Amino acid sequence: MSKPIVSMKQVNYAYENKHALKNINFEIKQGSFIGLVGPNGGGKTTLVKLLLGILKPHQGSIDLFGTPIHKFKDWNKIGFVSQKANSFNRGFPATVHEVVSMGLTAKVGYFKFFTKEHKQKIADAVEHVGMSEYLHENIGDLSGGQQQRIFIARSLVSDPELLILDEPTVGVDAENVQKFYELLHHLNKHKNITLLLVTHDIGTMTRNATDIVCLNKTLHFHGNPLEFSNLSENDLSEFYGHPLNLVTHNH
Amino acid sequence: MLANFFEYEFLQNTFYTGLLIGLIAPLLGTFIVVRRLSLIADALSHVTLAGIAFGLLLEKKYAVGITPFYTGMAFSVIASVFVEQLRRVYKAYQELAIPIILSGGVGLSVIFISLANGFNTDLYNYLFGSVSAVSRADMWMIIGISVIVLTTLFLFYKELFMLSFDEEHAVVSGIHSKRIHFLFIVLTALVIAASIRIVGVLLVSALMTLPVAASIRIAKGFKQTILLSIIFGETSVILGLISGYYFEIPPGGTIVVISIIILLICISVKRLWFTLSRKKAIQ
Repeated sequence: MSKPIVSMKQVNYAYENKHALKNINFEIKQGSFIGLVGPNGGGKTTLVKLLLGILKPHQGSIDLFGTPIHKFKDWNKIGFVSQKANSFNRGFPATVHEVVSMGLTAKVGYFKFFTKEHKQKIADAVEHVGMSEYLHENIGDLSGGQQQRIFIARSLVSDPELLILDEPTVGVDAENVQKFYELLHHLNKHKNITLLLVTHDIGTMTRNATDIVCLNKTLHFHGNPLEFSNLSENDLSEFYGHPLNLVTHNH
Repeated sequence: MLANFFEYEFLQNTFYTGLLIGLIAPLLGTFIVVRRLSLIADALSHVTLAGIAFGLLLEKKYAVGITPFYTGMAFSVIASVFVEQLRRVYKAYQELAIPIILSGGVGLSVIFISLANGFNTDLYNYLFGSVSAVSRADMWMIIGISVIVLTTLFLFYKELFMLSFDEEHAVVSGIHSKRIHFLFIVLTALVIAASIRIVGVLLVSALMTLPVAASIRIAKGFKQTILLSIIFGETSVILGLISGYYFEIPPGGTIVVISIIILLICISVKRLWFTLSRKKAIQ
């Protein structure tokens, strides 16, 4: 748990007339489980898009696994579960197996085909998220929570070292959210996958994450959950720009 | 009919060509439908009409011997490139590309048709399809197009599938979405041009979408959807050609009507199955 697999230095990004990210310095260490929290419009999704190479920083540099992002080719090392995963076309006729196979498409490469080993990997990934019995069902026939697990399986199948999840629990019911965090915890501890989770749910993050990062255009806080919970309500309100009721989970 | 089939070359041409487009139109159509591009096929077919009218005009007025088939195909491919540009210009209103291209196609057709002094049988055949219009040369051309379409889809199946399901994810994974999409839209233009001889301009998009609409109701998964679409497409083409030949009706009409019957059967079967399994679940 030492070397940084992601590092952002002095990163700035602006949309047409809006400065979305200011002077971001940020590292993700291997094996950590980072909760990225912040208000809407605070730049969380922008930061994720920069890490995924969808957007390019206007200033500053980003290194992924020690390589500058513009030279980085090993995108298989990074898995991504997007916010949009639960707003896909539900009428799309694809089985769970077919959906998860897409996680291998880029890794297998052009002009090559899935082999028996690939198919086994797909089945394994689906088993890993506890959805084996649905392997040949249409994805549209599953519940929101189940679909989210399938999208996790899709990002796991290429054996990523870093998994980025952008508000994956939106639209998933409370019980399944709990199961979902158990799955993430398992991936982090037992599969040694580094996690970056963008979320609104500060309470759950303080129990699950190893690091909390608060982002509202600039980086307001980066520390462990204990330090985070020691922040005064004033600090948080200032950072959110308005008074905040912290939802606490007592288990 | 069987005796006629062996006797007349034009029937053989039509039948073999029909079998090929019954395969490639629903195959590509599955991707078109799931990407919600059904209307683009319609727009492109109208531009193809403009190309055909242009070809007929050249033939009639200037005795230039380019088959309308080729001018139609050229127009269709050029329009497919424009569609992509327009979709990029109007990002938030991507469907605007359809009326622009479609009305452009019809407008040009009207101009070329008038310049060529109006309708003739040839044009009528292009509009609604024909059992007798396919020449040996057309057949070879369509065989060539089919080989190109099948090979490309076979090679890029997994990338196209991924792009159709979730474009953002595909791009993040490093798939060249623009290039693959371009390839796809050009294939669509080619398939439209190939199908027009049999089903006609006005109904070509039906052969790409109706069999898919039927199979999507009952299939499990994408591959099964493709397979059923092809079976439905072939059934419609074969029955449509035979009935068109017997009743002397343009096959475009009979093929579409049979496709719709298949579609209705699939919807009913699905509904029946739903009701039965719900009853079972309640008990």
